[in-house]
Amino acid sequence: MKLNEEQLSFLKNLIEPARIQIRDEIGEDYSHDELGGVYGYPDVLIKVVSTGEISQIMTYAYEQDIPVVVRGAGTGLVGAAVAVRGGIMLETTLMNHILELDEENLTVTVESGVLLMELAQFAEEHQFLYPPDPGEKSATIGGNISTNAGGMRAVKYGVTRDYVRGLTVVLPNGRVERFGGKIVKNSSGYSLKDLMIGSEGTLGIITEAILKLVPLPDKSVSLLVPYKKMEDAIGTVPEIIKLKTTPTAIEFMEREVLLFAEEFLGKKFPDTKSSAYLLLTFDGNSASQVEGEYEKVARYCLEHGAEDVFIVDTPERKDSVWSARGAFLEAIKASTSEMDECDVVVPRNRVADFIHFTHDLSRKHDIRIPSFGHAGDGNLHIYICRDELKENLWKQKLTEVFAEMYEMAMRLGGAVSGEHGVGYAKKKYLEDQLGEVQIEIMRGIKKVFDPKGLLNPEKVI
Amino acid sequence: MKILVCIKQVPGTTSVEVDEETGVLKRDGVESKMNPFDLYAIEQALLLRERYGGCVDVITMGPRQAEEVLKEAIYMGADRGILISDRKFAGADVVATSYTLSQGIRKAGTYDLILCGKQTTDGDTAQVGPETAEFLHLEHVTNVQEVYGVEESDILVKENQEHYFRELRLKTPCLLTLEKDVNTPRLPSFKRKMAMKNVEIEVFSLSDLEDTQESNYGLAGSPTQVERIFPPEKNTSRQLYEGSGEKLGDVVYDILKQKKFVD
Repeated sequence: MKLNEEQLSFLKNLIEPARIQIRDEIGEDYSHDELGGVYGYPDVLIKVVSTGEISQIMTYAYEQDIPVVVRGAGTGLVGAAVAVRGGIMLETTLMNHILELDEENLTVTVESGVLLMELAQFAEEHQFLYPPDPGEKSATIGGNISTNAGGMRAVKYGVTRDYVRGLTVVLPNGRVERFGGKIVKNSSGYSLKDLMIGSEGTLGIITEAILKLVPLPDKSVSLLVPYKKMEDAIGTVPEIIKLKTTPTAIEFMEREVLLFAEEFLGKKFPDTKSSAYLLLTFDGNSASQVEGEYEKVARYCLEHGAEDVFIVDTPERKDSVWSARGAFLEAIKASTSEMDECDVVVPRNRVADFIHFTHDLSRKHDIRIPSFGHAGDGNLHIYICRDELKENLWKQKLTEVFAEMYEMAMRLGGAVSGEHGVGYAKKKYLEDQLGEVQIEIMRGIKKVFDPKGLLNPEKVI
Repeated sequence: MKILVCIKQVPGTTSVEVDEETGVLKRDGVESKMNPFDLYAIEQALLLRERYGGCVDVITMGPRQAEEVLKEAIYMGADRGILISDRKFAGADVVATSYTLSQGIRKAGTYDLILCGKQTTDGDTAQVGPETAEFLHLEHVTNVQEVYGVEESDILVKENQEHYFRELRLKTPCLLTLEKDVNTPRLPSFKRKMAMKNVEIEVFSLSDLEDTQESNYGLAGSPTQVERIFPPEKNTSRQLYEGSGEKLGDVVYDILKQKKFVD
């Protein structure tokens, strides 16, 4: 939607010039997210600075029927923060203040534009851990909450939802509401806070969050476990869980992806002799506790097909391994001309079946499908690479591969997205998964929050 | 090819406090680890062994618990670990340490190549490698960026002179110190740890060495007198000058003159 001159001048009067851009002034970056499969320019871009300001803008936009999209750092992968219907885009990156550390209630209160890496560092400096650990550290907390991001500590610590205690939200009509609070327990009516988490900016605008922290574990050690075959590696994971140890992470990686990361970073990985690897991390409060736990798993792995077990125990060693893991998405992106991703989650004892299936698909459709992901929680990151394919053949193959993949994920009892969200790109697959009844309930909820359908239109449902 | 790698156990974190009264590092309760620079030397040694055969031994000087880093090197792939340890070696400066190491190396055997990390993260002098070589009368090159290979009894290396590289040919036996990040060190193997659970670390004390004169070791053998150890003052103020080398030279000269460092 195009704003008229009167609407533009209202906004220009409200916002200081340095924080508002109109039409041609808006950079290309704001027309897409990180994956770049969905495009659309907003008419106006406002770098917001406070809850009050957002409330004023929303009140006006709602009155004037102007669509509004909220964007954090733009690191999304499914087009959720793209202004597909134009209108106003609110960027939250200037709302990057850590407001309060409450050591008695073990919470930290932040504005929604604080970056994950800033929060992680702040927590560590105060001997705390904010456990959610998505690969993209330059994402905003607001974005993390909006997608219910998971990350690499989910096996032991859970996902973003488990660490959100309270939210300050601007509703589509401009009203400011607080959901939840610093309380640990809450049985007081429907949890609107939990409805906001994972709603991808369609129900309200998160401006502040009260997040739960845990004491920082003193010691952590990772194990890098090489295997001859990916199926053997992933097949071990349910058995490791059965050993009743609690690794924070169990990641799987293929040699092909490691080699891309080596090339991308210009740095060798400590071992690339095997075709598949598991990467596990254990944390705790003493060296002996951590050692006891990882030795149990290390022995099990060696007795069940692992070629070796490497110990990743010092900051230098962790860096040599985890810096590669953190670069996988970018590295695969750099290895091809264009790609699209699938972020399905399946029960963790079906991960091996699913990966095997993607290998079959790759052969069947003659297209490259590298993958990596969180074997410990069943969340996979699978990339379909265009390479040299012509435009229409690429589109055709992509559609076919996606259709088969999502169908298989459903058959295994999985879901469309583990942590990246549905946004614009995966709407069709969500509908296929949930069916009419559930989608209608969701539409009903959306209508209660946003009867005019102005906040992040055309997303999720 | 017989290779020996000199390694050291250092504090596990960079924030080690100094006891200002005694001038000693407060090591109590501080975790220790292998000097990160030594990992590159071990990796280089293991790569050479893969290519030319032979053995990789590791040696360190320190208290009994330093055998942990020797074991770690063995779990990475080294064949034999030697600990030079005696109360009489305590308080050694760079010279006494290098001398003790050279004595230990003589006792350990004959090697074609001795490798060291460029420096340690606690002492940071980068002098122990070359001084050890001098005591052993060996040719040596520091800041080695790459070991190209071995040709008969020669070894070909690239030396990093910061602003340029030099390609050098040395006669073995010789000693090299390796630059940071010249390779990605392999990780210690839990499988090897299980297999080598009962590995013996050889311990050399003063009486095992060729020179048993006590006054050549430890504090007594150290010409360096430490007056005081203190953490450096942190100062982030700075002045930035731009311009040609000639002009900047004049600027520096004027400052030094003003501060009476030069006449």
